[in-house]
Amino acid sequence: MSKHINLTLHVWRQKNAKCDGKFVEYKAEQVSPDMSFLEMLDVVNEGLISKGEDPITFDHDCREGICGTCSMVINGRPHGPKERTTTCQLHMRSFKDGDSITIEPWRAEAFPVIRDLMVDRSALDRIIAAGGFVSVPTGSPQDANALPVPKENAEMAMDAAACIGCGACVAACPNASAMLFLSAKISHLGLLPQGQPERYSRVRDMVAQMDAEAFGTCTNHGECEIACPKGIKLENIARMNRDFIKASLTYRPAIVGTGGG
Amino acid sequence: MELNAHIPDGPIEKKWDKHRFDLKLVNPANKRKYKVIVVGSGLAGGAAAASLAELGYEVECYCYQDSPRRAHSIAAQGGINAAKNYRNDGDSVRRLFYDTIKGGDFRAREANVHRLAEVSNNIIDQCVAQGVPFAREYGGLLDNRSFGGAQVSRTFYARGQTGQQLLLGAYQALERQIGLGAVQMFPRREMLEVIVVDGVAKGIVTRDMVSGKIESHVADAVCLATGGYGNVFYLSTNAKGCNSSAIWRAYKQGAAFANPCYTQIHPTCIPVTGDHQSKLTLMSESLRNDGRIWVPKRKEDCGKPADQIPEEDRDYYLERKYPSFGNLAPRDISSRAAKQVCDEGRGVGGTGRGVYLDFDASIKRLGQPKIEERYGNLFEMYERITDENPYKVPMRIYPASHYAMGGLWVDYNLMSTIPGLFVLGEANFSDHGANRLGASALMQGLADGYFVIPYTIGGYLAGIKPGTRIKVDDPAVTAAQQTVTDRVKRLFAINGKQTPTHFYRELGKVMWEYSGMGRNEAGLKKALELIPQIREEFWKNLCIPGTGEEVNQSLEMAGRVADFLELGELLVLDALNRRESCGAHFREEWQTEEGEALRDDENFCHVAAWEFKGDGNAPVRHTEQLSFESLHLATRNYK
Ligand SMILES: Cc1cc2nc3c(=O)[nH]c(=O)nc-3n(C[C@H](O)[C@H](O)[C@H](O)COP(=O)(O)OP(=O)(O)OC[C@H]3O[C@@H](n4cnc5c(N)ncnc54)[C@H](O)[C@@H]3O)c2cc1C
Ligand code: SF4
Ligand code: FES
Repeated sequence: MSKHINLTLHVWRQKNAKCDGKFVEYKAEQVSPDMSFLEMLDVVNEGLISKGEDPITFDHDCREGICGTCSMVINGRPHGPKERTTTCQLHMRSFKDGDSITIEPWRAEAFPVIRDLMVDRSALDRIIAAGGFVSVPTGSPQDANALPVPKENAEMAMDAAACIGCGACVAACPNASAMLFLSAKISHLGLLPQGQPERYSRVRDMVAQMDAEAFGTCTNHGECEIACPKGIKLENIARMNRDFIKASLTYRPAIVGTGGG
Repeated sequence: MELNAHIPDGPIEKKWDKHRFDLKLVNPANKRKYKVIVVGSGLAGGAAAASLAELGYEVECYCYQDSPRRAHSIAAQGGINAAKNYRNDGDSVRRLFYDTIKGGDFRAREANVHRLAEVSNNIIDQCVAQGVPFAREYGGLLDNRSFGGAQVSRTFYARGQTGQQLLLGAYQALERQIGLGAVQMFPRREMLEVIVVDGVAKGIVTRDMVSGKIESHVADAVCLATGGYGNVFYLSTNAKGCNSSAIWRAYKQGAAFANPCYTQIHPTCIPVTGDHQSKLTLMSESLRNDGRIWVPKRKEDCGKPADQIPEEDRDYYLERKYPSFGNLAPRDISSRAAKQVCDEGRGVGGTGRGVYLDFDASIKRLGQPKIEERYGNLFEMYERITDENPYKVPMRIYPASHYAMGGLWVDYNLMSTIPGLFVLGEANFSDHGANRLGASALMQGLADGYFVIPYTIGGYLAGIKPGTRIKVDDPAVTAAQQTVTDRVKRLFAINGKQTPTHFYRELGKVMWEYSGMGRNEAGLKKALELIPQIREEFWKNLCIPGTGEEVNQSLEMAGRVADFLELGELLVLDALNRRESCGAHFREEWQTEEGEALRDDENFCHVAAWEFKGDGNAPVRHTEQLSFESLHLATRNYK
């Protein structure tokens, strides 16, 4: 068993979207290095509730790095100091006794703060709704093995599909761009034969939706890749840009049939 | 209460086909006129909402997370079963059917399970077409792995993130329908009541988790796909938000609750480290394909580093006891075996509650890159949590609460005892009997959502005149909404000293101690004394800061704990009444000389379905007899 540590937290508190927020200092004492970051906050919150104070609101669910719900900026870094690690998977052994830790919500115009560290990320869902899918109604497909997929493509598609939709890339980007998130979906589906029929309309529709939301533009800072807990690579953005250019060059408005007869 | 399973007649292989033909159809032009509420956006709910909208129904979908993509199905790691027989190793629909019934220790309904095995293949086709990046071989065809309780290789997987990829498939299909305006999505909504009018389900009451607003929503049918109640043990592999509130409210409105005591304890989870622990992390069962489970033969060796314990001093107890299934023995059996060796004092790790899962031999045989390819992300996750490198030292694992086989009783159409209320996925009780096999929950959730409910709900809706939907200002709706408002007020009015988590932990301890892996009469009776005491204290001394008209995570937690405090008691009562051992329900009084579960088919070959009789009154236990016509009742044997 390693030794317990004491920490000072500076946590962003904001009652709701309309109020102004501010940093409030809390002490986290006797923290076990085996605790996860969220468990450390649980303990702080238990203390606050017992004193009749409002606990710190933060989003979380699976606590195993897969649902993409947890979302906080720790000492200026989305998801904290550890590479390829979500906040919920970050453990207190990454900190030293006496450390001061600043905890803030994702900061981006497209992600309005709901309360404290909780933000509204529904813009990401709207981007998927605009085109991040293969149009295949239930019941229509052929046998799963009818269409072989080169292993290499399947692996690359899987690398991109590992995105958990957390939005850390947006929070890390100086322009609050959602390009890494978008490009992960474009790559995932674009690398598979099933994704080909809608490849170009997909990128066009998703980009249009991204532009309609309050995200900024990508100027190749690369901060997103560093912040991403799932190792989504910048090369996806390059792939997406190629598809987007092609899509723009070949764009023809859809001809809507009357379906008579 | 009548429990009519509405199983179609005819030979088992023909039942589903015949039933689909017999079900009434809804005229395509009329589908728009029916509204269906789907609560839950996991594999079951997401698949159902998307598929129903594709058919033309007006659909509303609800979830408590900020996005439907975050439903707990996302966390499933290992894989999904299907009877494709791509390996040519003797698999078939009948074998999957047989394995599932046997794995469930002959406590599931034959007709439902057969249907599940039949549609399993369609699921894989559907998912591949959606772009789910399943693992493939060099030839470009789909790869498979083996899971516990089967001797064929029928599990499809996407690295250690199968649930994530399947859910993203369903989520994308759902988002497509949302984009088309066919589904209206309500995230950050917690369902807190079913609206039942003249005995028929007509809608739900929800709390908006941002504004705190309590709202009613009416529909022609309601589907609950709200997942399992494994969190009743407090520590479990489930997500923190997983709860039983939706199904518990339905139970209190008249839906029978079936087999609440069938809860699965998963053998391979990362052991508890301390009191701060908020959840436990699963290490996929697929690891047992290449990992060997052992403990030292002698207590004295437990403190030594693993590599200083020579081969001859290690006890590979699963391989020893179950030579033909070895490390792939079913979950219930593996969990109990781990508990047993730890009870004997041979457990490893700081708390003595752990066993080794060792990859050394596989790494030597296959090389580290192969192991990395198969389980890389799981190994990483393990290292992140424990700070130990499993390529170098064996993993330490211990069983933890994982899955609920029990749930709301449903008939063959997935309809509960409340007409118009359908229950899908882990929330229902139907397919896994007393023990679920690995990779079968994903299969069941998607089967229910993609391939069963789209047919069976039509049969129900066809019997309702379109346009007769109840109005949202109907007195029955207002009354339901008022009960929710009152309950929230009651929680705040307690104004005591203890946090919701405090009571939750207390409940968890009792559940795990007396109703976990091993159960006996004295312990269960003890739990029946303790749970009401905790509940009483909860209603006297709970403290929730803030108000109900804002984001309030303490209020959310308190409501869930209040329901778990009731469900826990029913679970224990059910365990006490089932005077036999079967699958994951292990009553110490009923075991063979070798310590295996001893069923009592004469007296307990039935589903126990509980009927709520009002607060303070004892619930009534009804039974649905299980008959095995296609398979023979046999003793499970994995030796
Ligand atoms: C760690 C882990 C690994 C697993 N691995 C596997 C595996 O490899 N293979 C396998 O077959 N199975 C696996 N399982 C089991 C399987 O993942 C689940 O049984 C299955 O995903 C459940 O799906 P579901 O759609 O029924 O429910 P969930 O996916 O749990 O979805 C529940 C939905 O209901 C909503 N909801 C719940 N309560 C409310 C409420 N009160 N109000 C509003 N909405 C509500 C939630 O928001 C969510 O959208 C695993 C489970 C765990 C915990
Ligand atoms: S690309 Fe990475 S950082 Fe961005 S949403 Fe996906 S997982 Fe999160
Ligand atoms: S809580 Fe799910 S990823 Fe962190």
